[in-house]
Amino acid sequence: MREVSYIERSNRPLHVYALMYLAFLYIPVLFLPLFSFNDAVYAAFPLKGFTTKWYEQMLASEPMFAALTNSIKVGATTALLATVLGIFGAKAVTRYRMPGKQPVVFVIMLPLVIPGIILGVALLILVTRLGINLSLYTVTLGHILISVPFAMATLIPRFEGFDKSMEEASADLGANAWSTFWRVTLPMVFPGVLASYLLCFTISFDEFIMAFFLAGTDPTLPIFIWGQLRFPLLLPRVLALGACILAVSFVLVFIAQWLARPGAIRSLDSRP
Amino acid sequence: MSNNDAFIILTGVSKHFGPVVAVDDINLTISGGEFFSLLGPSGCGKTTLLRMLAGFESPTSGEIFIDDAPMSEVPPYQRPTNMVFQNYAIFPHLNVRANIGYGLRYDKLSKAELDRRIDESLEMVKLPGFGTRRSEELSGGQRQRVALARALVKRPKVLLLDEPLGALDKKLREEMQLELRALQESVGITFIFVTHDQEEALTLSDRVAVMARGKALQVASPQQLYNCPVSIEVADFIGQMNFIDARVIEVEGERAVLEARGLGRVRAVASADFVRQGAQVVVAVRPEKLSLSYESSSDGRCSVQGEMKTAAYLGDRSHIYVTVDGCEKPLSVAAQEVESSSGQPIERGSEVWISWADESLVLLPVA
Repeated sequence: MREVSYIERSNRPLHVYALMYLAFLYIPVLFLPLFSFNDAVYAAFPLKGFTTKWYEQMLASEPMFAALTNSIKVGATTALLATVLGIFGAKAVTRYRMPGKQPVVFVIMLPLVIPGIILGVALLILVTRLGINLSLYTVTLGHILISVPFAMATLIPRFEGFDKSMEEASADLGANAWSTFWRVTLPMVFPGVLASYLLCFTISFDEFIMAFFLAGTDPTLPIFIWGQLRFPLLLPRVLALGACILAVSFVLVFIAQWLARPGAIRSLDSRP
Repeated sequence: MSNNDAFIILTGVSKHFGPVVAVDDINLTISGGEFFSLLGPSGCGKTTLLRMLAGFESPTSGEIFIDDAPMSEVPPYQRPTNMVFQNYAIFPHLNVRANIGYGLRYDKLSKAELDRRIDESLEMVKLPGFGTRRSEELSGGQRQRVALARALVKRPKVLLLDEPLGALDKKLREEMQLELRALQESVGITFIFVTHDQEEALTLSDRVAVMARGKALQVASPQQLYNCPVSIEVADFIGQMNFIDARVIEVEGERAVLEARGLGRVRAVASADFVRQGAQVVVAVRPEKLSLSYESSSDGRCSVQGEMKTAAYLGDRSHIYVTVDGCEKPLSVAAQEVESSSGQPIERGSEVWISWADESLVLLPVA
């Protein structure tokens, strides 16, 4: 007798396919940390020997750190504002009856399908026409524009996924709209808020085209790295930086998964 | 309470959702401390009416008064009502204590008073010691108690209940019915209870409003509803009923003589003024008001001969279906045991006599 039900039985060819898929996806990525410890300027086999000098060079490179700081600033601000806008938008779309809702949602979601280069050029023209200097602020503006649809798409299922009667119960018990939002709605959608924040941060952090058009003299990290690629001698320290970012990403994803586990947000508001 | 006999007044309350009329010109008066049920099939407007009382919907026209105050402009969080939701709506991110105490934050109580009120209400719903449990650690019955405690701890003037027993299994539901009734008597406030289960409404309520298509068809006590329904629709919804077309032959004061299809000449109480000489009416009679025998009745009761068709066994009784010449549908007769006086079980196709008392016939207008 089989222990697993029909639907649980695994399929060997699909198993092999899944493993090959994962290998194909991640092995090239793993070359990054590998070559970052390789004692050679060119990223090629055979490996020459172990070194940490690229990391030392990276730590000593002030422009690189400036770019990294810029990207974190832009990413954090973008993620915060896009998520806040996403919360408002998702609540409006899922809760209120209003005329012209579908067209509004369509327009908000449009940046998902408009090529970044078009949006970048359009924003560049707008910003220069208005006489605004290009800076990290303009980059942040562009990044918010492309992040809000992702924030909405992450948050709408969360809002739809919880019963409206929770909010009604809150109102029934004496809470006004503001109080209900803070004490019921936000805690219930919190995993979505966190997911949206991390997603928007990631989108902003590795976005290139918009930043390329909208950045002034302060480059974000992708633009800095792109600039470095023209100088082969500088490439190994970019690999070292890439390896560091990879490590941080893994930690972030791990934290996000851990926070999003069932029941993780229980203790947010236990006061009566 | 100022005006206890008319504690809640609904005057001409209607609710339209676009072209759909969910609630149609309801006029009701509910007294303080009454257990009042809104009974009807799904889509009859009972839940919409309850939601208008809670303040989640506002009437398209008409006005609701609670304790003499008009409610149209009062938001849910300022109304003297609290609600037990159909799915209980227990906040999943809060424990039982925090759920019950949720609304007390707005009542500006001292910490000690707050704790005392929460303990008291946990005691009341028989869940002491459950304070630190999460909603997912509770059974359906326990959630329902938490929802009750959370609403009652606010000391509302009116408790609204939206099919709160619908999700429970039959045994637990019957247990909760008794508890709910006892609870209502002990707190002494008005309960407005929405249900589609006629048995539940009859068991619990002081009065019941039977609703269909947004209208209140009849508002009466359970006994009145069962024994004296005012229309075929109400009679059909509450329990089982046999309907027989009839024509009024003559009316003498309170008594009417009718010619009923299949039954012949019958006498009944002329209950309302639609019972006029020559009028077409419907004679309604409950299965348990009919009795079955092998012989023609000798005690002066009216009787008619028929042929047994099928029997439906219901445990505590059986419904026996008897075809009578001239009657459209077989008559349903309730019997404790399906056997004749001589102890022989009644077989399909047997000739039987059905008899009844004049008072058990109810006359209804043709639909």
